Parts: sequence; structure tokens; C-alpha cells
Amino acid sequence: MAYVTALRCRSCSREYAVEPLNVCEFCFGPLEVVYDYDAIARVLSRERIVQGPLSMWRYAALLPVDGEEAVDINAGFTPLVRCRNLGRLLGLEHLYVKNDAVNPSYSFKDRVVSVAATKAREFGFDTLACASTGNLACSVAAHAARASMKAYVFIPADLERGKVVGAAVYNPTLVAVDGSYDDVNRLCSELADAYPWAFVNINIRPYYAEGSKTLAYEVAEQLGWRAPDHAVVPVASGSMFTKIWKGFHEFASLGLIGKVATRMHLTQAEGCSPIVEAHRANSLHVRPVRPHTIAKSLAIGNPADGLFALRTIRDSHGTATAVPEEEVAQGIKLLAETEGIFTEGAGGVVVSGLRHLAEEGAIKPQELTVAYITGNGLKTQEVVEHLVHPLAIRPTLASFEEALRGAVAR
Amino acid sequence: MVTKRVKFTFPPGLITEPVIYRLGQKFRVVTNIRRADVRADMGWVVLEIDGEAGEIERGLKWVREVGVRVDPVSGDVVEG
Repeated sequence: MAYVTALRCRSCSREYAVEPLNVCEFCFGPLEVVYDYDAIARVLSRERIVQGPLSMWRYAALLPVDGEEAVDINAGFTPLVRCRNLGRLLGLEHLYVKNDAVNPSYSFKDRVVSVAATKAREFGFDTLACASTGNLACSVAAHAARASMKAYVFIPADLERGKVVGAAVYNPTLVAVDGSYDDVNRLCSELADAYPWAFVNINIRPYYAEGSKTLAYEVAEQLGWRAPDHAVVPVASGSMFTKIWKGFHEFASLGLIGKVATRMHLTQAEGCSPIVEAHRANSLHVRPVRPHTIAKSLAIGNPADGLFALRTIRDSHGTATAVPEEEVAQGIKLLAETEGIFTEGAGGVVVSGLRHLAEEGAIKPQELTVAYITGNGLKTQEVVEHLVHPLAIRPTLASFEEALRGAVAR
Repeated sequence: MVTKRVKFTFPPGLITEPVIYRLGQKFRVVTNIRRADVRADMGWVVLEIDGEAGEIERGLKWVREVGVRVDPVSGDVVEG
């Protein structure tokens, strides 16, 4: 049973029917799902949630879908890990990592795509589509396979082989576009108008984006029904950042948790930090940039939700941090060697950003902090390859002991 | 005839230039501004452009060449 009543423009508040539509016909502002929260409050409780499946679909009442049958590869309900080692190093006594790198296709995109695929099927689409340089491609291809839908996945022709295989294995129609990042962007915007497909982050975007709210719901539940004092989040389009904030507030307004005083900390890599730049300039205008970052999953130069991310920072008394490019790999390594969690570039940005926030005193030692790790390091091993130095030996005891002495001396 | 929705972002040096007027003069397209925020040091305009597909493409190529950034209204659609 869905509790969605309409789509509403985030800029001019005009309302639209629940259809595959992403921008306001009047002002071209982005559309957002509107819920009947009174009806949700009558049916949703902590008890009901706890009895639900151990996946993101335990929060189905707060997701914009109608039926009982979700397109589900078991995304969500990922571990919230208490990080004592990393916390000790950073001087934070109550540090947690939300490890969304262990989703079925190894990133948080499974949350948004699961909602998008479910909604697309409800609308009667038989084809899912996306343009991606990595995580989204894998997730769309996997969900299409699960739903027995066709999939068209557009990737830049120069994409790393590992990522191509990671999406191709699910057997979508994989299209390698020979052109710049801007060319791929332009082409896919045109394709979305020309073909009757469910482009998950274009015509299905209002529904797709709502899947990220489950990152807030799960953390609140896993913390014993409370919101954290701080959330440190990697940001590309800005959508996930705003939806985590929205998720905490929905839970509070439904009486599932107490008052929300979470400070939202936005992190980007310096090579693609248009939202941080706008925040530094005390502006709500995000000036588009050409991305040049090794944190490829955050390489969005013209973020669709930049304005709303900036408002979330302001409303939550949060911050915006741009991490130097050389610190991205250091962040990945630091999380791996302190907590045994191997993340990709976006996670490196979060960990290094967290370190800056702790050093600057923006996060106090006793405050409860959650860092969101949204993608798996196995997909982007090239980012940390230069930091890995195994001992090379001959197959003899003497050779091993010699190498070991050398390593200890270093 | 097709309709294209785009966002122009102006660098400071072009804020005072009548780029959209010239686009309509130089090419057989009709421009219709739907949202805008133009200040002393920056500006963006979201507009609809009507015309033949090829003529719109030529027009937008010219807009890019004069130094204005042209993007889809929905922001970047290529995600990580």
C-alpha cells in the first residue's frame, strides 16, 4: 500500500500526478514525492518495522511504491560498525561506520535502484536504463536481471575494464560511448526524451532518490532509535545527503525517534567540489565544474541537488569539506588498516574529511558520529595500488626471514 | 520542430552580454526563459529552445564557443 499522494516541485511547489516525471513543466525545478504522513503514522511503529524483512524494505511504508512485490536483491540493513581503533586515532569516542560497501552489488546504489526498478515496473516499463561510470551501472544491470527486465547501460568508452565486467556480467545491453563526459551526459539526456525507458536517475529520479532515506532509518534503528550527533557523508549530486537528513526528520515526525539535532557534514574531493566551493563563497549558487578527481564515484561537476545540499548544511548547522586529492587514498588505507573495511574513493574522502573535522574540533570527542561508507574498494583497486608493497621472497625460510628483517627495519 | 531544455551558466565577463538575444538573431530558434538568477558576478538561465534539431545544435555550439556553459536542466545524469 502506497502513501504517496503527488509529486511536488521543490522550487515552485506546483503539484503533479504520480507519473514518470522528474522536472516541473512550469519552472523546470526538480520534483519530489509527497506522502500522506498521517496515514503512515497510523500504521507504522517500531514494532512493525522490527518484524519486517532484514533489508531496506522493512521501511516500505516510507518508500514511494504501491505493491508488495519489490524488485529486491536484498539491499540494505548493512552493518553499523563501532570503530574503536579509528576513533582512538582521531580522538572520537563514539565513532561508527555505516558500511554500505557490502550491499549485493557493492554500493549504496542498490537502495535507490531497488526503489526505481520497483516503481518502473509499477508504471509498466519493461526496460531500465542509466548512464554511469561504475556503481550505478552494476546496480541497474543487477536489478534488471532480477526483475527480468531489459537493461541499457551507457558508459564512457575509456572506463576501466574491471568496472565494465562488473556491469556486463548481468547481461545488460552495455553501450560504450566514444566521447567526453559532457558528450555522454548530453546523449543520455536526449535518449531519455527519445526512448520509452525507465532511466532510473532521470524520469524515475523522484522515486529513485527516496531509496537513500533508508540510510537514515537504518542508522537510527541500529543506534537504538536515535539520530546521531554528526553524519559525515560523501557527496556527488547531493541527493543522498539531503535524503539522509530527510529520513531522520521523517522518523522524528512519526515519533519513532526523538528530536533530531544531527549536524550534516558534506565531503567532496578537491578535484570535484562545486558544492563546497559554493558553501565557502556563502552562496546558494553552485557553479558547475569539470571533474578531475580520483574519487570517480563523486565526479559530478553539475550536481542536480547542489542547492538543496547547501540548504541542508545550513539547516543542520553542518559543514562542507574538500579533501585534497592525495588524501583520498590515505583515507581508504586508514579505514582498511584500522577497521578492516575496504572502501573506494568516496569512502576515502569521508574518512579524510572526518579526520579534518575531528582535528578542527567541529566534532567533539564524546559526540556520536556516523561516517557513511557507500562503495566497495574492490572495484577501484587502482586508487591504492601505489600504497601496497608485499614482501617478495624466494621459497626458503632464509629468504623469508631476511625479508622480514628488512620490513621491520623500515 | 523540437523543444530543448537547457541551462546556461555565464562567467562574470559575459554577464552583461546579450547572448540569448544573439542566439535568436543568428539562428532560427525561439528562446523562452523559464528561470534565472543573474547577479553582478555570476548568472544562470534555464530556458526552452524551439527549432529544428540541427539548428538548435548549431546554436548551442555557438553559445559554448562564446564561453557560456550549457548543461541539461536536470544536472549531470552520468553517475558514479
